[in-house]
Amino acid sequence: MNMPVLNEIKKSLIAAIWFMFLTFPIMVIKVNTITRTIDWRWKNMMYTGIGAFFLSAVWRYMLRRKEKNQNALEKEGLSIVQKILQVKTFSIPATVLLLIFAIVFPHLFSMHQTNIMISALIYVMLGLGLNIVVGLAGLLDLGYVAFFAVGAYAYALLNLHFGLGFWTVLPVGGFLGAVFGILLGYPVLRLRGDYLAIVTLGFGEIIRIILENWNEFSFGPAGIANIPKPELFGLDLSLSAKTIYLYYIIVLLVIFTVFVINRLTDSRIGRAWIALKDDEIACQAMGIDKAKTKLRAFALGATWAGMGGVVFAAKTAFINPASFTIWESVIILCTVVAGGMGSIVGVICGALLLILLPEYLRDFGQFRMITFGAVLVLMMVFRPGGMIENVRRTYQFKTGETNDIHS
Amino acid sequence: MTSILDVKNLTLDFGGLRAIDHLNLTVNKGEIAALIGPNGAGKTSFFNCITGIYKPTAGEIFLTCRNGEKERINGLKPNLVTRKGMARTFQNIRLFSSMTVLENVMIGCHSITHAGILGAVFKDAATRKEEKYIVDKSYSILKTLELERFVNELAVNLPYGAQRLLEIARAMATDPQLLLLDEPAAGMNPTETRRLDDMILKIRDEKGIAILLIEHDMKLVMRISETIHVVDYGKKIGEGTPEEIRNHPVVIKAYLGEDIHA
Ligand SMILES: Nc1ncnc2c1ncn2[C@@H]1O[C@H](COP(=O)(O)OP(=O)(O)OP(=O)(O)O)[C@@H](O)[C@H]1O
Ligand SMILES: [Mg+2]
Repeated sequence: MNMPVLNEIKKSLIAAIWFMFLTFPIMVIKVNTITRTIDWRWKNMMYTGIGAFFLSAVWRYMLRRKEKNQNALEKEGLSIVQKILQVKTFSIPATVLLLIFAIVFPHLFSMHQTNIMISALIYVMLGLGLNIVVGLAGLLDLGYVAFFAVGAYAYALLNLHFGLGFWTVLPVGGFLGAVFGILLGYPVLRLRGDYLAIVTLGFGEIIRIILENWNEFSFGPAGIANIPKPELFGLDLSLSAKTIYLYYIIVLLVIFTVFVINRLTDSRIGRAWIALKDDEIACQAMGIDKAKTKLRAFALGATWAGMGGVVFAAKTAFINPASFTIWESVIILCTVVAGGMGSIVGVICGALLLILLPEYLRDFGQFRMITFGAVLVLMMVFRPGGMIENVRRTYQFKTGETNDIHS
Repeated sequence: MTSILDVKNLTLDFGGLRAIDHLNLTVNKGEIAALIGPNGAGKTSFFNCITGIYKPTAGEIFLTCRNGEKERINGLKPNLVTRKGMARTFQNIRLFSSMTVLENVMIGCHSITHAGILGAVFKDAATRKEEKYIVDKSYSILKTLELERFVNELAVNLPYGAQRLLEIARAMATDPQLLLLDEPAAGMNPTETRRLDDMILKIRDEKGIAILLIEHDMKLVMRISETIHVVDYGKKIGEGTPEEIRNHPVVIKAYLGEDIHA
């Protein structure tokens, strides 16, 4: 027994006593209204004390271990997952396996599971889109769900009034998302960090409130029903076949998103985003237009939200403003932060975990959201960089690559 | 001699504080000029004004742009000033910390390249060619400044002196006609400063870039600059060749205690 251990035990003891004191009124005192007496349940106090002591001890132990690991990690550089991702001999077979799994998934599992997976993949797409804004360009956007709503209502309304099909509206939804991204991005160009978050949060709510109250346009809280699923060459598909078809569409869209974001990160535009996140003033001094670069990020991020919205409307067949509350924005932001800001694989894992976990926790009933919250808090304490922390892939220069231009 | 930068009666107020007071300054093409003065004289504020970071209270700034025409650049945004051909470094180093040395210089190439979102996604021949051009150009600038051994290193991991040089490399990547250096030798040891001398001369001689530098190291200033401008409390108190400044009575008074005869 060395000093630090004793110290930790002392701290846990204090925590236990504090908890016993705090919970005293609810755990110990019980007023019996019939006999008009007070039951003193001292046993409960003992349980609280012992429980709090052990939980606190475990908590402290984990924190200690994390600190130790961190020191070790700094020496070693990358974690195992990150290494697997970067070494081609591992990453290629892993990708192929994942693809095969994605292809056979709807044939292995029930339609219910496929539906859940479609929602999860929509969130993957949203997470990847928001990742452009938050992870790459460093702009904290809390109103992201507004663009999701724009896409969903674009499909619902264009289909209702003009009979436009899924494939026509998909790019239109993306385009409308981008337009709204620029419209809402323009006024907030000067804001940063918390201020930006608050104003974008406001914008998100404005869009929802408009949808809720402008009955002639959006049918208010009643929403729009009977939104058709995508057609396949005019074939008459059964509901389950349509669901599977939609599943493949969203899988393809996710792959497309990953491809585009990969290309963007390695480009002149992507570099400008990183530079802007690092230092705005130096960035401008290098001739980069701050406004244009930020608007590009807003617009591109919103494009994916718009397309995600179209798929969402097609999936649920019914939308109303209640699907687009601030809570959705928060969840999407959580997938990005918990997954690993800036990291594509991280965001995908984060979205899958955060959407699938609550689904499969339904058995826990009312404890579902508490468990969900606890998982998030634990994540942020033990892995603040997200599940898969982003290691930016830097441009690696190889000597002999250049043919020495003299500019 | 044709001038490249013409500043007339520039004035800058911070509330009640007049940081720059009716300052006139001209830099000629291909010239190495120095701006010196005691701490808080308003030198950095002057740079911030002419590069568009601060908005001057009064006065005119003219820059001879790439096309040879003289343009008024008051109130222009910093990125546009850079595009017109005036680039700068920062006194408190402002490198992009999550990027490598090469990537920092590649950012400098931003204003002279064009690839947009579509180019990034489709990676067509023109974009690939441009990317190659950016890499080649950046590497050759690193070579000029003898930084090529750090090429893939993160910028923050560089020694202090090398970070100062990298700031210059990054600014050079914007293809400037006039380079503004804010205390490039600060924190360097005498050997490094000596090398910096040679590099500044090399940049001017090989690329024909005019240079205006703020510096407290009088040895360096006296050795390389052709014209020296002295400011104190935002006012110009002297201008001339190193020889003239050395013997300028007002300047000597302002610098009382500081050894400019070094
Ligand atoms: N953003 C600002 N707001 C208010 N006052 C400022 C600001 N920037 C500079 N000043 C003031 O303006 C004056 C000139 O400052 P400046 O940084 O230009 O001096 P300097 O000549 O670069 O000094 P040094 O040699 O120490 O770098 C100082 O009194 C400074 O306190
Ligand atoms: Mg200064």
